[in-house]
Amino acid sequence: MSGIQLLPERASEFAQRVDVLFLFLATVTVFFTLLIAVLVIFFALRYRKGSNASRAGAKETDLRIEIAWSLLPLSLGLFTFLWSARLYGEVYGPAPENALEIFVIGKQWMWHIQHPSGIRENNQLHIPAGRPVKLTMISQDVVHSFYIPAFRIKRDVLPGKYSTVWFTPTKPGKYHLFCAEYCGTQHSRMVGTVYVLEPAEYERWLASGGEMRVGETASGTGTVAGVATASLVQAGEKLYNQLRCNACHGLKDDQRGPTHHGLFGKKVKLRDGTTVVADEAYIRESILRPTAKVVDGYEPIMPSYEGLLSEERLLQLVAYIKSLQKTEKQVAEVKP
Amino acid sequence: MSMTITQPREMEVGGKNYLNAGSKVLSWLLTTDHKRIAILYLVSITFFFFIGGLLAALIRLELLTPQGDLMTSENYNRVFTMHGVVMIFFFLIPSIPAVLGNFLVPMMIGARDLAFPRLNLASWYLYMLGGFIALWAMVTGGVDTGWTFYPPYSSTFSTSQVTLTLVGLFIAGFSSIATGINFIVTIHKMRAPGLTWFRLPLFIWAHYATSVIIVLGTPVVAITLLLVAIERVFKLGIFDPALGGDPILFQHLFWFYSHPAVYIMILPAMGVISELVSCFSRKRVFGYHFVAFSSVAIAVVGFLVWGHHMFTTIQSVYAGMVFSLLSFFVAVPSAVKVFNWTATMYKGHIELRAPMLCAMGFLGLFVIGGLTGIFLASLATDVHLQDTYFVVAHFHYIMVGGAIFGYLGGLHFWWPKMTGRMYPEGIAKLAALIIFAGFNLTFFPQFVLGYLGMPRRYHWYPEEWQFLHVMSTSGAVLLGLGYIIPLFYLLWSLRNGAIAGPNPWGATGLEWQTPSPPTTHNFEETPVVTEEPYAYDNHSQEEIASGSGAKPTDA
Amino acid sequence: MVQEQSRQTLSIQFETPEQQTESYIVGMWTFLVTEIMFFGAVFAIYLVYRVANHETFYLAHLKLNVPMGFFNTLVLLTSSLTMALTVHFAQRGDSRKQLLFLLVTMALACTFLVVKGFEYHHKFVEGLVPGANFRFEPVEHLRVAQLFFSLYFAMTGLHALHVAIGVLVMSVLAVLTAIRHPSVQDFVPVEMVGLYWHFVDIVWIFLFPLLYLIPR
Repeated sequence: MSGIQLLPERASEFAQRVDVLFLFLATVTVFFTLLIAVLVIFFALRYRKGSNASRAGAKETDLRIEIAWSLLPLSLGLFTFLWSARLYGEVYGPAPENALEIFVIGKQWMWHIQHPSGIRENNQLHIPAGRPVKLTMISQDVVHSFYIPAFRIKRDVLPGKYSTVWFTPTKPGKYHLFCAEYCGTQHSRMVGTVYVLEPAEYERWLASGGEMRVGETASGTGTVAGVATASLVQAGEKLYNQLRCNACHGLKDDQRGPTHHGLFGKKVKLRDGTTVVADEAYIRESILRPTAKVVDGYEPIMPSYEGLLSEERLLQLVAYIKSLQKTEKQVAEVKP
Repeated sequence: MSMTITQPREMEVGGKNYLNAGSKVLSWLLTTDHKRIAILYLVSITFFFFIGGLLAALIRLELLTPQGDLMTSENYNRVFTMHGVVMIFFFLIPSIPAVLGNFLVPMMIGARDLAFPRLNLASWYLYMLGGFIALWAMVTGGVDTGWTFYPPYSSTFSTSQVTLTLVGLFIAGFSSIATGINFIVTIHKMRAPGLTWFRLPLFIWAHYATSVIIVLGTPVVAITLLLVAIERVFKLGIFDPALGGDPILFQHLFWFYSHPAVYIMILPAMGVISELVSCFSRKRVFGYHFVAFSSVAIAVVGFLVWGHHMFTTIQSVYAGMVFSLLSFFVAVPSAVKVFNWTATMYKGHIELRAPMLCAMGFLGLFVIGGLTGIFLASLATDVHLQDTYFVVAHFHYIMVGGAIFGYLGGLHFWWPKMTGRMYPEGIAKLAALIIFAGFNLTFFPQFVLGYLGMPRRYHWYPEEWQFLHVMSTSGAVLLGLGYIIPLFYLLWSLRNGAIAGPNPWGATGLEWQTPSPPTTHNFEETPVVTEEPYAYDNHSQEEIASGSGAKPTDA
Repeated sequence: MVQEQSRQTLSIQFETPEQQTESYIVGMWTFLVTEIMFFGAVFAIYLVYRVANHETFYLAHLKLNVPMGFFNTLVLLTSSLTMALTVHFAQRGDSRKQLLFLLVTMALACTFLVVKGFEYHHKFVEGLVPGANFRFEPVEHLRVAQLFFSLYFAMTGLHALHVAIGVLVMSVLAVLTAIRHPSVQDFVPVEMVGLYWHFVDIVWIFLFPLLYLIPR
């Protein structure tokens, strides 16, 4: 018989801080529950009809008391709100610069994970301890949600747009991965395992092309989707040339199309006067619906690739375009 | 200006009451008497409650074991969806307003009926039609989208009876709206002379606030669900991203109603609690004005917090922060009510009758339910807890621990008025205790499960969590038993219960100044109100019981 | 001298005729609030998508028939006028003029529906009805153009349904008035229908510019 578990494991930096907040809220809950329960039972007994406790001085209203017990929950609430909002802003905010970027595609009913090195896995995620990990995720069909309870991390995975979340795993081990947004028949089987590895072991896993088994598979139907021969960026570059993107998008802006070199992260001025930041979402949208955001000074002549590219291939293109930076940092990051 | 008025008026004399005024089936099916309509609703929502309960039993049975072995995934998904749909739309939302509200609102304000009696009857027929269609959907394949109907799953992927169910819900929405309109007009226009707003029972304030929410919120979900149905039938793309739509827009629109909807479900129960606590403490509700204003505050602020169901979905963290802050605000009026009810008991004269036990159960369980809502309003903890069993436990604490205890307490309290009979006190207290125990055993483990990470709507779960599920299912057995017991003794009491006089509790309130059961038109002469509500300290219990509180006068 | 003739049956639940009349009017206004929320929600959906896809919505809306829409706007505005006159004569107790203007209002409402029918037919012929046979040029705008037309049909269809219901209610009212049925001896039913009709008109006043007059 398996043991009775009452508290989840804590395996991320965020988990530690969430648990403290949770404990605070649990204390407040217990306190007020006991307070009301004790008072109600105490009053029911002491002031039972016919008892000789004094009823003198029973009031019907008291403005000061009303204000007091309105302000008390309000201030506790504000305090909790501020504490919690800061945490939330971090985990859904921008990831640290050195975060390991991993891509997730959710689809009925499995998680497809794409490492920058090119390793692909299904329903498994191998990550090193002690280093921030940023997930960029999208769904191929319905709304899903990527949930790792041990990290206290969850983010909905939507069709048609990227969503991101980041965290720093702290403790090596195996942890549950669940889909947390009802998505149809096999929703409760859309589960997997997250393997947090010591950094050295992670390097070995990477070097093995993801073939190396780390313990036995505890849950889910995790398999390694094959040894990748090319990194995400390399695959993207190949696709980019195959699709002849370079026919219009060269090293510099020219009459046919703006350049992609140095594009990622920059502000782009559009034809209608507004500006956008060239992030993953912008790049993906411009491939699928080029007329949605036309760059200032250009005509909307780019053909649409709607329906022609899977989410996986879109990720490859996005990764490649991201890599077209002036510095070599991105290229050096990726291990073949 | 000349005016010719023809007023048909009947005066009921001796022995005749609303129950025996006409015994043919048609006299019930074509009634316009708000009290008879309340009884019609009582029977139908009890029916739907047991259907929803059966579905709950199937869920808990399946979850006894970690594997999905009792039924297929397809069936399990239909079972939990229908449990939610039936319980929310065909039990909780109508329950107190359509049964107790319909019966009592006119009586509490000294009126002979609601403003629009035929609209009232129409609302019951709309409810029955919507319910019938939803049941028909259930037996012809069921629906498996979850009661939240999120697209694109509901609009494009599900192959179940989505459209039919949505049609049933759309029709039921009109039933709800009709009741809301009726209550608003009645409370505004038909209060007895002397019955100013601040002399109204808090039950009326609660139903007024509820009706405002119904009128403002229900149309939004109606059109949203209608558009999903249109999407399915005509293969359009309004929320489907493959066709340019935004599924998150659906979520915004859906929760814009469905969050205020939870206040539709709890505010009436809070109104009941005010009546119970004051009567069984023989004391005016402490801070009457604050409790009244709290109902209005909940209704208003309740419309501003819907985004807290989407903290893990929305792209903008700032939007999330705004919704979170407002969600903390909306908790305050509920807290104020709880404190005021507790203070009402201080230096009162408490009688621990069954309705009072229900009210006390409500207080404890609503505090837990409400405070666990704070875990979800708090952004960082919600990231972990959203879509887990923690949420399931939270809302069941409020809806079952809160709303259903309020409904049961109210049903028992006004049972003598509605039927002329007392229920058996001993067994009623036992049932209340069994329900309380069974409820906690069922749902408290689910808080733990949620924090452990068990997601909602899961057919399968890791085996290390089985112990908690076994606890929960055991509790559900007890809880089910607890709910079946009242069914028997309440029916028993119709023939065998002690005859109740006009005011067996010695309670204030105009409804207690009428015979039990009341005559068809409630009051022989329209009462004139001169006192504050809950004037327990102005009169002895005997005085109140004998009806010398309100002073009728020539109409 | 103008006299308001009020011959009404006082329902049992009301104390005075004033209370009865006020209750019906307040009830009707409350119902109209629900209709405002109903249409308001779909307007909100439309606005969200229009802001996100202004260019495509602009291109798609060029396919709408502005002259027909404008004509319909005039028709509905006029019908509101005739409806107001119907109520006016009902309050005066002049049931002949009341009936006359009611019939004119109905005729205008039917005109609206007929014109709408022509518009919908054109859309069908041009392949602008969303579904498998939807076509739109340039083709990269097709997806969102289909969204525009889905919303167009949903919004104008719901509105047309409300117009049709209005015609139905008005015809019942006309028949009851003609046979001098006691339930319509009072101006209150007419006033309630009038309120409903003005609301239907106002919805169109918003619909027309939102859909037919999108700026570049």
